[in-house]
Amino acid sequence: MAIAIDLLVQLVQMSVVLALAPLLTGFVRKLKAHLLRRQGPPLIQPYRDLLRLLRKEVVLAESASWVFRVAPYLVFAATWVAAALVPTFATGLVFSYAADMIAIVALLGSARFMLALAGLDVGTSFGGIGSSREMMIASLAEPAMLMVVFTVSLMAGSTQLSSIAASMQSPEVGLRVSLALALVGLVMVAIAENARIPVDNPATHLELTMVHEAMILEYSGRHLALIEAASYLKLLLYISVIACVFFPWGIAVSGQGAAAYLAAIAVYGVKLAAGGFLLAVFETAIAKMRVFRVPDFLGAALMLGFLAVLLLFVTRAG
Amino acid sequence: MDWPHTIVDREAWHQAAERLRSTEWSLLGLWGEPGVAHMAVMQAGQCALLSLACEENRFPSIGRLHAPAIRLERAMRDLYGLEAEGSPDARPWLRHESPYPFLPVEGESLHQIPVGPVHAGIIEPGHFRFTANGETIVRLEQRLGYVHKGIESLMAGASLEGAAKLACRVSGDSSVAFALAFAQAVESALGVEVPARAVWLRALAAELERLANHFGDIGAVCNDAAFALLHAHFGLLREHVLRAAGACFGHRLMMDGVIPGGLQRDLPADGERVLLELLALARKRFPELVEVYDDTASLKDRTVDAGILSPVLAQQFAAGGYVGRASGRKFDARRTPGYAPYDQLQFEIPVVQAGDVNARVWIRIQEVGQSLGILEQILRQLPSGPVCEPVARHAGEGLALVEGFRGDVLAWVRIGDDGRVERCHLRDPSWFQWPLLEAAIEGNIVADFPLCNKSFNCSYSGHDL
Repeated sequence: MAIAIDLLVQLVQMSVVLALAPLLTGFVRKLKAHLLRRQGPPLIQPYRDLLRLLRKEVVLAESASWVFRVAPYLVFAATWVAAALVPTFATGLVFSYAADMIAIVALLGSARFMLALAGLDVGTSFGGIGSSREMMIASLAEPAMLMVVFTVSLMAGSTQLSSIAASMQSPEVGLRVSLALALVGLVMVAIAENARIPVDNPATHLELTMVHEAMILEYSGRHLALIEAASYLKLLLYISVIACVFFPWGIAVSGQGAAAYLAAIAVYGVKLAAGGFLLAVFETAIAKMRVFRVPDFLGAALMLGFLAVLLLFVTRAG
Repeated sequence: MDWPHTIVDREAWHQAAERLRSTEWSLLGLWGEPGVAHMAVMQAGQCALLSLACEENRFPSIGRLHAPAIRLERAMRDLYGLEAEGSPDARPWLRHESPYPFLPVEGESLHQIPVGPVHAGIIEPGHFRFTANGETIVRLEQRLGYVHKGIESLMAGASLEGAAKLACRVSGDSSVAFALAFAQAVESALGVEVPARAVWLRALAAELERLANHFGDIGAVCNDAAFALLHAHFGLLREHVLRAAGACFGHRLMMDGVIPGGLQRDLPADGERVLLELLALARKRFPELVEVYDDTASLKDRTVDAGILSPVLAQQFAAGGYVGRASGRKFDARRTPGYAPYDQLQFEIPVVQAGDVNARVWIRIQEVGQSLGILEQILRQLPSGPVCEPVARHAGEGLALVEGFRGDVLAWVRIGDDGRVERCHLRDPSWFQWPLLEAAIEGNIVADFPLCNKSFNCSYSGHDL
């Protein structure tokens, strides 16, 4: 019976992230528009976009191979599975016993790898530019992410997000410098990974400046819908990871009643809204950086990760 | 404007090229008509026109000695079949018939990125061929002519009214500048004395156009650095200017307001009030926005040191407008050769030496301040009286140089005995700015091109004619 409930929680959680992800993107867009004194598209516009793209036919470039056609499904699947591993409103997810935080990094890395391959596959110059820029970003973002993972794992004694969330809620963690450094590092990685300003501009029409958008320029129809859905999911995933590791309050623990779960979902919604709000404000207040400044930015994230781990040992020794 | 017209022989034509090369003279324009080549130059603040009869449709190339003339000569061949002898570049320019041979590129690990002519944004069509080494641009080659409209052929034989309408539409963002240049050329050809009120109102329209475009440009440069906040606010300011222009001149872009002999119509009764409100608003909002631009480090990081244009090149190409003034070339057609009513107005010509994107933005920012001052002076001193003088119909030839927001617009017109336009040439400042963009972008990274391009903001339509 307990397993059945856990499975149910896992399924609900997977559907919740999928259902909420477009809303989060719509929310961020709406907020950004309001900050510019514009009306902005309706909140549900991303859902409509997905529906429209799903209905449209797929136009394939003549030079596209099977890699190009398969990539969207793999990207979407990998991202969704990764999102399913993050405790959003409840810990004790069934899947999380099969895979930990490092697996999440690996899944997202695979998704990125497929997308970069697809960008190269069609052989257009923009796809190539996008892929090469994306890989440059990834080569620094992934190690930085791993350092952050190590920091929190060392503190919690586990790489499983459910356990990390549980241990972060316990009183003995306390305020630590390492945690602050890891948080800043993770936020920086999240900005780069989600192609947000100042690393990339999700709203640009300038082909020459694109990173993520340049890779997917040739996609259309359901392929594009899947890739778009995957990027919505990715944004939600990163905000969820940050919330679950650094702000784990209000997460329901396995075995609590239905009321606790409902309350946890509400708390989770508030966390997402807060994350989206901060993102919108930050993006409005800053310009995009030069492409060759991105390594500096991510290098800082990596250094913060290193420092966090280092400080952890130093303070423990003291 | 006084301007000597000299019929020259091949020898004098060649000497003119030498003078241009030594930057003793600067080239204002080079154009043709069947069998004749014309060249407008500026020498010591004075415009002069040289004409050469082309035997067998050939003339000695100016571009061989003075690079800025190369594209003009290519256009002359495409439009009138005039062959520049010894031209270093014999490829077509405006005519799009055969496949276009781009310049060859040799070297290791270079790749080419073709961009356009259809762009993702709402801009005009033009093709850019980048040769890059990784992210670094080794060479940019432009291919223009996609919006060739045959303006010069349409002008030939047009009535003055029709030609004035056409002139407005050469480049929609500079409609007042082109209409004013054309009107001044016609007035100089026919000896028309424009009523004082019309002269002042024309300057008012021209400054409104400058304001609207500079507001739009500053915002657009910020937007290309993904700083949408300033884009939105400058867009708002631009909208206020356009609405005021619409209220005062009956059209948001002030199309067909300026006509030969004066103005289409006087300001409406509440025109001055609308303009004073606009000025008060701009005086209040603009400094706040400039402060945001100046205080946003991430934005400045993009604009400073990007796309540097050397003062030597700006001088050689006689680049007008913010492109020239951001690279140390202190030239403004409102001062040199100058035209009414600017001789009675107080204003500064901002000049900086840096030549980067930031410098071109700063020149615009300072010009906005100057334009606001000019508008205030005009509103204070606006004379009364009629706004239009009837234009006599007889033969004549006229030349005019007018400062548009982009730079100096040259207009040359020859009117026949029947009072219709025989020939007319309108030269957009972009002719001398597009090639400089190719030079300025070299060594920058591919991702910085949109920013540099926007800081030049050259016209496609005005250039393609």
